[in-house]
Amino acid sequence: MFQSTLKMAEKNYLKEISEIKSIMNKSSRFISLSGLSGILAGIYALVGASIAIFVLRNYKNSYSGVSLLPISYLEYLLLSIALIILVLAVLTAFILSSKKAKKSGEKLWDTASKRLLINFAIPLFTGGVFCVVLYQNNLIGLIAPSTLIFYGLACLNASKYTLGDIRYLGIVNILLGLIATQYIGFGLYFWALGFGVFHIIYGTVLYNKYDKK
Amino acid sequence: MKNINKAFDHRIRLGIMSALVVNEFIDFNTLKEILAVTDGNLASHIKALEKMNYVTIHKQFIGRKPNTKYSASSTGTLAFKKHIEALEKLIKNT
Repeated sequence: MFQSTLKMAEKNYLKEISEIKSIMNKSSRFISLSGLSGILAGIYALVGASIAIFVLRNYKNSYSGVSLLPISYLEYLLLSIALIILVLAVLTAFILSSKKAKKSGEKLWDTASKRLLINFAIPLFTGGVFCVVLYQNNLIGLIAPSTLIFYGLACLNASKYTLGDIRYLGIVNILLGLIATQYIGFGLYFWALGFGVFHIIYGTVLYNKYDKK
Repeated sequence: MKNINKAFDHRIRLGIMSALVVNEFIDFNTLKEILAVTDGNLASHIKALEKMNYVTIHKQFIGRKPNTKYSASSTGTLAFKKHIEALEKLIKNT
């Protein structure tokens, strides 16, 4: 008799602790980030990088003969590929995360998600401006490593406000970006590894851990 | 057993403290949403915590609208930590 009441009490304490943890998470972190959107973003990046590599290769071939494309056209083409990939990835993340939020009863636009977005955006915006400066100074080769480094910093910063796994995505992208600075000219390949392969791995981990049921 | 805090005996008060200790501030409406409780219910429990000096109230205006934010005081945070430690000890001992 006594033992069964003791067991009951233990069960209540356990429930209490898990409730405390859930409220702490809900009130401070946005937990509806979709793993699937990470995988898709990675695939977009890989597709984009292959198109870019294809375009560059063709450009170089025609360069030996008579180039049909002026250099500025090539730059615009590469830039628009990058922008389309970015918009697609953000859109996918937005749609899938809002679906997930709806399912779990979390609001997509609340204090937690706002805080996540702001803290993610600050390093990213800084990186964007910095890349424009690199372009101004004709340091094109450093742009790809810089995007990786600043994206990594953004992920690292965001990890305090969402599921913690994104922290590791941040750290490996920072490292990759730093390594890439020593291999100028291979930027696109590092880019494909960081934004493509690492995203797919991260998304898969997230998906297996939280989404699969 | 002596560290189990009577102030945190109630689910909502425990919830309020859980949310406040991991945030700098939380306003009334956000707290209400997180805990899924009614206005009156939340207000009375916050008042109880405020009386014990566990919660600090910050009143301000956003434009013309009054906005009340709450934060955990250092006394409150310490008491809450002790409460959790006591809970964990109880679970381990049984």
